[in-house]
Amino acid sequence: MHRYLAGDEDRRKILAAVGAANVEELFASIPAELRCGPLELPPARSEEEVRQEFWRLAGSNLAPDCTACFMGAGVYRHLSPALADAIIQRGEFFTAYTPYQPEVSQGTLQAIFEFQTFVCQLTGMDIANASLYDGATAAVEAVLMAHRLLPSRRRVVLAGALHPEHVAVLTTYCEPQGIAVHRVPPGADGRVDREALATAVADDVVAVVVQSPNVLGIVEDLEGTSAAARAVKAMAVQVVCEATSLGLLTPGGELGFDVVCGDLQAFGIPPTFGGPHLGFFATRQEYLRQVPGRLCGETVDVDGRPGFVLTLSTREQHIRRAKATSNICTNHGLMALYVTIVLSLLGKKGVREVAMASHATAEYLKAALRSPGSGVTLAHPESPTYNEFLVVHPEPDELLRRLAREGVLGGVSTTRWSGELPPGILIAATERNTRGECDRLLDGIRRLA
Amino acid sequence: MNGARGRARREGVIFDRSSPGRVGYQLPPLEVPPADVRQTLAGVALRGEIEELPEVSEVDVLRHFHRLSQLNYSVDEGLYPLGSCTMKYNPRLNEELARLPGLAQLHPLQPEEQVQGALELMWELEQALVAITGMARVTLQPAAGAHGELTGMLMVRAACRDRNSPRSTVLIPDSAHGTNPATAVFAGFKVVEIASTSAGTLDLHALARHLEGGDVAALMVTVPNTLGVFEPEIARAAAMLHERGAFLYIDGANLNAFVGIAQPGAMGADVMHINLHKTFSTPHGGGGPGAGPVAVSQALVEYLPVPLVERTGDRWTLSYHRPKSIGKVRGFYGNFGMLVRALAYIRSLGRDGLKAMAEGAVLNANYIRKGLEEDYHLPYPGASLHEVVFDDSRQLAHGVKNVDIAKRLLDYGFHPPTMSFPLIVHGALMIEPTESDGVEELDAFIAAMRQIARECRENPELVRGAPYTTPVRRLDEVRAARSPILRWRRSSR
Repeated sequence: MHRYLAGDEDRRKILAAVGAANVEELFASIPAELRCGPLELPPARSEEEVRQEFWRLAGSNLAPDCTACFMGAGVYRHLSPALADAIIQRGEFFTAYTPYQPEVSQGTLQAIFEFQTFVCQLTGMDIANASLYDGATAAVEAVLMAHRLLPSRRRVVLAGALHPEHVAVLTTYCEPQGIAVHRVPPGADGRVDREALATAVADDVVAVVVQSPNVLGIVEDLEGTSAAARAVKAMAVQVVCEATSLGLLTPGGELGFDVVCGDLQAFGIPPTFGGPHLGFFATRQEYLRQVPGRLCGETVDVDGRPGFVLTLSTREQHIRRAKATSNICTNHGLMALYVTIVLSLLGKKGVREVAMASHATAEYLKAALRSPGSGVTLAHPESPTYNEFLVVHPEPDELLRRLAREGVLGGVSTTRWSGELPPGILIAATERNTRGECDRLLDGIRRLA
Repeated sequence: MNGARGRARREGVIFDRSSPGRVGYQLPPLEVPPADVRQTLAGVALRGEIEELPEVSEVDVLRHFHRLSQLNYSVDEGLYPLGSCTMKYNPRLNEELARLPGLAQLHPLQPEEQVQGALELMWELEQALVAITGMARVTLQPAAGAHGELTGMLMVRAACRDRNSPRSTVLIPDSAHGTNPATAVFAGFKVVEIASTSAGTLDLHALARHLEGGDVAALMVTVPNTLGVFEPEIARAAAMLHERGAFLYIDGANLNAFVGIAQPGAMGADVMHINLHKTFSTPHGGGGPGAGPVAVSQALVEYLPVPLVERTGDRWTLSYHRPKSIGKVRGFYGNFGMLVRALAYIRSLGRDGLKAMAEGAVLNANYIRKGLEEDYHLPYPGASLHEVVFDDSRQLAHGVKNVDIAKRLLDYGFHPPTMSFPLIVHGALMIEPTESDGVEELDAFIAAMRQIARECRENPELVRGAPYTTPVRRLDEVRAARSPILRWRRSSR
């Protein structure tokens, strides 16, 4: 028998107890014409054989950790403390499920409560949920919540340079809800065009969504955007993809926004080829009953001891079914635990220091690339950026290929989003990029561009 | 959770551990000049340090989360027979492999030539899921089961419109998971519930009646259903739906009951999501991340989300050129880290091991059914596959409800079954042992359940007051909902 399963003697005992001659009898309820023969799969393999296969697969990729990597565009390489991964590998956490039985799930529940607190602190909001899938689906949930609150409104305005992946996902979800997606392109400076936005909003707009820092790395005009939304009583939604920016930039929660949501991957979650990452959702107290996903709350037990439970579940699919605020069930609990640990470790000083160091490193690159002869030009030289910016180059893919040959992953080419973004390279820096790496990138661009 | 050993049964929140000057990290020295943010971010609203964030050392953080972990029950500790959730063993090999730098550190926007191994891995997983389901193709993009459901129903919607036959109704049996009706609504449909037969299965007469109007886009049905009973007429239902231009959506939450035994493709399924965190053992993580790939028949292939991985010789690419695709349902390509674990699990078990897994799940469920049927009432006596649903009707005669039984089970050191689901069973106790455990663990569970049944007869007050031995006892959920405290605040202590 296989190492993950019980043995032959177990089978004999069970068959004897249930009065079946063989296992086949237990499947008698499945009609013969639906049965299949042996699956077209290889036979069982030992640990060592499986390991060899996956080492081969992993080995035919280029792991950015061996290189100077300046890739961002929604996925960032910040510090990953050893302790965070060690704790999420405790079986007590990762082999448990949704805390349906709070008496034996206080560890998971309290971690969610602490996570919700961290998200509120970062976003300046009153309440936060227990997590969503990723930044794109978090933005979707914000628009859907706005639509529940303002059901007669049928248009969502996407203001400025949103991540193309987010736009694509929003478009997929909004269509069946009868919500039209109205895009207001950024101005020449890469920021929300205030005038164009003012023209676009009207009393049929359910929400105005802005990403800040936006996909060009530019810090948005949040005050102006939330004012435009307020003017027509639409919900103002800030999406944050580079969450470490919240250590430096005033969050939407303090600037008139109704929802701040996005992805917390930047707080150390390995990029993992795009997932799992960590969607988050924070909003104002008044919208509590319309929040999507799980919420954890504090209470007491019958002896008066404090404890935590999942609460307000009458919003959720397992109770409300077709009337639920979202269809989400399994969310991204273990990733929320991971980020809760990272934020605990960073704390008051670290959250700011990571942001300042990332910003300073990007500014160092930007200053060098600004000068004539750098090989490229800044796409938006006058606009404020956090830790990422776009440089213009006619053949970004070729330039990146040449840099990669020298061991530098110089950024993300925008050509995959041609039509959305001008041709160039998004360059992101974090506190992990040393000055030596930066100088190799600058030197490479100068020589190869 | 042994109090006699003096282990912590409570742990304050991390914010209460804060002490000025403690830090839990160190960054490399900043070699570039510090930025003068008044210049670099002129005109931008900036914040200072966030005062309420904690100041704690690395050791503080370790102790805190280690102690929290000790307040949890988990699959590693023992039987976790949460029906429908499939709480099986999570192999450590899969954790090791998912953390290989060549997989975990990959950026999703690296050029294809740098990520050939990752694309090959995704291709291999798709091939394996095609082999298992007998369907045409699979998207790996959805992040969870419910997300897969939505993806599937959006494809159904797109296909109906493409055929110039937009339809607004989705049929769902009353035994379904709550995610099914919620999903159908978010995909733009209205839900019509079908009452189950007295055997708890799909009512074909009702199905035929609902199909008459011509407005039905799909039937969403779980196979085997949420009672753990196979839908004997599933192929007939598929034929009826197809005749009327409607689609069959199979909720694959219970695929683990028949891997290697039967294939949804042969049942006539057009679309099915697969919870990798159930059948293929990716860890549940205290509430995700999961992964919910969706398998489709040829009829729906062209509507699959972009991108798909395509193979040309020894080269793998991401294909975005799919004009009829529903688009994207999340960022990038899916929960890749979960895909790695699922493929490792499939490779480890192999062809025969996967079938033995399904057999083991069904054997164990039937053993528990046999062991408990004298003490607990079985409302639907059809043949059980991987799970069995009892109710509390016998115990109710002594004033004890299913939830009391669940809480008492905690005192005996087991995680309880799923409570009060499916909705067609009043006072349900839905037990899914999975294949992971041997007979001793099942015997211990059966003994505990039988002892509780005895207590219900002899000392119901004892059961109603349970649990007694857990870190906290029954929690006041009404108070939690009435005056919600959803975050820590300095002033609240």
